Amino acid sequence: MILASQGELDYLALECLAERTIALAQLRKLADPAAGFDPLLEARMRALLPLAVRHGFRIVTNMGAANPLSGGRRIISLARGLGLRIKVAVLSGDDVLSLLEPSMRTIEARGAPLSEYGQLVSANAYFGAEEILPALATDAQVVITGRVADPSLFVAPIAHSFKWQLNDWPRLGRATAIGHLLECAGQVTGGYFAEPGLKDVPNLAQLGFPWCDVDAEGNGVLGKVAGTGGAITLRTAKEQLLYEVTDPGGYITPDVVADFSSVRLSETAPDRVTVSGAGGRARTSTYKVSVGYRAGFVGEGEISYAGAKAVERARLGGEIVRERLRDDITVIRIDVIGVDSAHRGDFGHPQPPYEVRLRVAARTPTRELAERVGAEVEALWINGPAGGGGVRRFAQERIGVVSLLLERSRVRPRVTLLEEDRETQAA
Amino acid sequence: MKRKLHELAHARAGDKGDTLTLALFAYRDEDYELLRRQVTAQAVKRHLAHIVQGDVRRFEVPNLHALQFVCERALDTGVTTSLGLDPHGKTLSYALLEMVIEA
Repeated sequence: MILASQGELDYLALECLAERTIALAQLRKLADPAAGFDPLLEARMRALLPLAVRHGFRIVTNMGAANPLSGGRRIISLARGLGLRIKVAVLSGDDVLSLLEPSMRTIEARGAPLSEYGQLVSANAYFGAEEILPALATDAQVVITGRVADPSLFVAPIAHSFKWQLNDWPRLGRATAIGHLLECAGQVTGGYFAEPGLKDVPNLAQLGFPWCDVDAEGNGVLGKVAGTGGAITLRTAKEQLLYEVTDPGGYITPDVVADFSSVRLSETAPDRVTVSGAGGRARTSTYKVSVGYRAGFVGEGEISYAGAKAVERARLGGEIVRERLRDDITVIRIDVIGVDSAHRGDFGHPQPPYEVRLRVAARTPTRELAERVGAEVEALWINGPAGGGGVRRFAQERIGVVSLLLERSRVRPRVTLLEEDRETQAA
Repeated sequence: MKRKLHELAHARAGDKGDTLTLALFAYRDEDYELLRRQVTAQAVKRHLAHIVQGDVRRFEVPNLHALQFVCERALDTGVTTSLGLDPHGKTLSYALLEMVIEA
């Protein structure tokens, strides 16, 4: 909100989709055809729309998730309720579930065909700047999309502002570096960075979100509103630049194959980092498609042990549960939180903790079996080692995600312009 | 002298499916060469052998005084289907920093 009201923005991008978010949204849409957009859309837009109109910035967001058209209509009705007359451009067409065939090979390590996975529930192509640009060419205040590559939410407004050609690979590469730095918002302003003593970050509770002032070449200056918490430094920017990058010299997006290895970062003032020097090569001929499938269920249970022999009692409890489930469940994992749940060991530096938490998790084909995992942990209250307490149990359906590549020509992006009283096809 | 990477460098973990990325950054630019020599792909694979089932590839990013490790089959089948408490492997940046080198 501080960024929106004091950032002197031209565009505000909201990136809200993780890998499996769309699959979960698709399940909501199956239950209710009007649902499937981001559940936070209403709260976000209610807060931001008045600021967007007052300060004259445009909003670009992938909050449409599995149902961007429905999300767009909701924004129009929210705006009406706020007394604002705005237009919303909706990018859709990323849903390619109907194009999938069982023999299509995934790009995961083994390259297994889709037929080896559970029932498919969603498939969404990652669109890029090219597909977003027709939406920006309208006079819509808000552009809402389904699946788009995260950096493209930023590349599109930059390319639109400077009227770049879509084969201007070096510029697109530079804008992609900026988009990648901005897409996790507070992760470049000192969020997810702090370690007391060695990597201190001031006032994290009031963490400021980043802006970037970009020039026509695609170089930029990162900053945040004065007085907000957090910090933008060489170190926070470096960590974010390589975050989730599997090849620094070839970061593939729908827009470009970007080269981050040549990026130059420099701290020019407090909370100001300049970004330049990224490279870019021609984009690929395919869209990456993220496919959601039903991956069975997971059951979990947790229970605490504290004081003398806490670890030993937790391990005993785990073995009891393993044995009680042995006939029905094969994929099971037993952790002692406080000892080995996160790093699966202690790298030879054992320090017996005062208290620990036993955690048992198992993959199951049915919800009933998943429920049994937690039930068996709960039974340790009565029928397990001494002094266990604080049981929590969970059972959830899992949606798995795999990826494949689809030729661009097979996919039809569409832009629809929504106004208070009509809807028109813009592209 | 043996020192933990934690004294010399900071790190960030990321995930893509069943692939874990670990970015390692020298606090002091002059330590980059030391990291480059000792924190090899093989050394990281050895250090994280109980976590990373597949290959470890290393990318050198001298501009940032950084090393990027791409670890295959490291997230217990992947973020969406892992049985782990931390399916993204976000805590594993600090597993890398537990590595001991000669410095």
